[in-house]
Amino acid sequence: MALSEQARARLAPRAAEIIGRYPRARSALLPLLHLVQSEEGCVSADGIEYCAEQLGLTEADVTGVVSFYTMYRRRPAGEYNVGVCTTALCAVMGGDAIFADLKDHLGVGNGETTPDGKVTLEHIECNAACDYAPVLMVNWEFFDNMTPQSARDLVDDLRTGADVKPTRGAPRLCTWKQASAILAGYPDDQAAGGQTAGGPTLAGLRIAKEQGWRPNGDGAVGAGDGAAGGAQ
Amino acid sequence: MTTILTPELSARWDEPDSFTLAGYKRAGGYRALPRALSMQPDQVIQTLKDSALRGRGGAGFPTGVKWGFIPQGDGKPHYLVVNADESEPGACKDIPTLLNNPHALIEGIVIAAYAIRADKAFIYVRGEVLHVARRLQLAVTEAMDGGYLGDNILDSGFSLDVVVHSGAGAYICGEETALLDSLEGLRGQPRLKPPFPAVAGLYACPTVVNNVESIASVPYIMEYGAPQFARFGTEKSKGFGLFSLSGHVTTPGQYEAPLGTTLRELLDLAGGIRAGHRLKFWTPGGSSTPLFTEQHLDVPLDFESVAAAGSMLGTRSVQLFDETTCVVRVVLRWCEFYQHESCGKCTPCREGSYWVVQLLDALERGEGSEADLDKLLDICDNITGRAFCALGDSIQAPVASSIKYFRDEYIEHQRLGGCPFDPAASTLFAMESAR
Repeated sequence: MALSEQARARLAPRAAEIIGRYPRARSALLPLLHLVQSEEGCVSADGIEYCAEQLGLTEADVTGVVSFYTMYRRRPAGEYNVGVCTTALCAVMGGDAIFADLKDHLGVGNGETTPDGKVTLEHIECNAACDYAPVLMVNWEFFDNMTPQSARDLVDDLRTGADVKPTRGAPRLCTWKQASAILAGYPDDQAAGGQTAGGPTLAGLRIAKEQGWRPNGDGAVGAGDGAAGGAQ
Repeated sequence: MTTILTPELSARWDEPDSFTLAGYKRAGGYRALPRALSMQPDQVIQTLKDSALRGRGGAGFPTGVKWGFIPQGDGKPHYLVVNADESEPGACKDIPTLLNNPHALIEGIVIAAYAIRADKAFIYVRGEVLHVARRLQLAVTEAMDGGYLGDNILDSGFSLDVVVHSGAGAYICGEETALLDSLEGLRGQPRLKPPFPAVAGLYACPTVVNNVESIASVPYIMEYGAPQFARFGTEKSKGFGLFSLSGHVTTPGQYEAPLGTTLRELLDLAGGIRAGHRLKFWTPGGSSTPLFTEQHLDVPLDFESVAAAGSMLGTRSVQLFDETTCVVRVVLRWCEFYQHESCGKCTPCREGSYWVVQLLDALERGEGSEADLDKLLDICDNITGRAFCALGDSIQAPVASSIKYFRDEYIEHQRLGGCPFDPAASTLFAMESAR
């Protein structure tokens, strides 16, 4: 894949803006790689060359960085990246079963893409949503408390183009390229939307509200109560 | 009934606009900032010291002391870097904070940067949660528009620029010096310490690296005062924090409570272990902290008590496993995680994690021997303390503690020539179909 002149022209103002965020240019490398990925869907040899030119680095320098981080794809892949968490707790709670089932259902292995180019399947490490285990990520949006059946339904919907909503996160899924642009610092219009506080997020708060517990200095908690909260 | 939960960071997570500037201000947000800006920076640092807030990212180093290490009048730029790279298996507290209350972090950043005389701050956030990137970018924009960031904040003469920097998938970047290398555009590998970041951090300039929850706790301390914060908690572990319950618990989730709360108290609120089952083992602070069992239900979850009982408070990431769970399988999977995430810089961690996984894999399949347990412990001994950073040490935590408490279960795998557990019985769907 080559970066066309048009693509380079599209990238130029954003690349300059990204580099301008940092006291030293090289700090812009990670966001620049996200930016290149938003154009190409992956970081190609051309993309590496582009970043090296922008920052005055060698291609070897940039390649060394690209290969260190798991979120940069080295070759074209699906429109939707489906990552099943199989770190210990999610694995036990069903992630292993879901991943095995999806491989079978989609007929692809880890890191492989369905023939229609829609879904790339991979297992991922802990995604900081253990209270919603087992968790599956599509283009880095949360799909919580999954089962093998709900995971099958989800990938089927992704392949047929049906409307798919993350359990927590944006109101609508964006594509892999759009997601990469957001990570480079160019948000879409969805920041204010979406459900972000599911049951587990609010579990403690709900109980505290029922009980009238609040640690604030305005006095919602009596002076003696707070200190008694800890095991003194 | 005695107060057990103390929602402060989480107090408004149920409001639909809790993440907006308007929602935050409605609840009294940005009241602490003018107070802090009217004080001398050193007074702000002293207030943090008086609060005895200890870093909420796992290590528990006193935040105010860390700020106090920044040299003054040195002529170099100073930087504040927020570690929002939450990736420790079990940890899931910063992501909901960032999604639902990002302005508490922003307000804390301005106060902290003012205290350490930094005019540039970075939020290094893991890239794998897209909506968090959106919410942080929105919060920074709204704070700029509201005059809480940028030039001459609230007419104080203090200016601050904040950059949201998305990582690209590497657990090791949660280690503060690896994070700094990553932020400099390098492979995220830890640096030899000393020098510590306070002396030579980002671009070799004085830098404070603090966890999201540490910085987001600052506005409360500045608004209500250090004594109010220090009323909560235990003698050496003051204040409150988010406890994250996950796994085989009836109501998993976030429970903000004073340090020193016990798992028994938290489980009472969370409905106990899932119906019909009993607790087998748990982590007090994520996969890098040695396992606890039922006998540790009454250990106060503060830094000292957990350490005295043989583990670490870490990030209060309480992962709970019941008796259907194979401990060998869980430990294997954690070690596979460390093997995958080892940055490769130092030999003990890079090679040791590989051999630990080989041995555990054989043991889990029932193809190991009892002598392998001693070999595992020996390898772990040779990793711990011999690597640049704590990732290597983390491998020992689950391995050694599981052999300590469940040696018989390892041996049972060898006697049977396989795993005695049915993995289907541990799943969420098994829980749901049993309801």
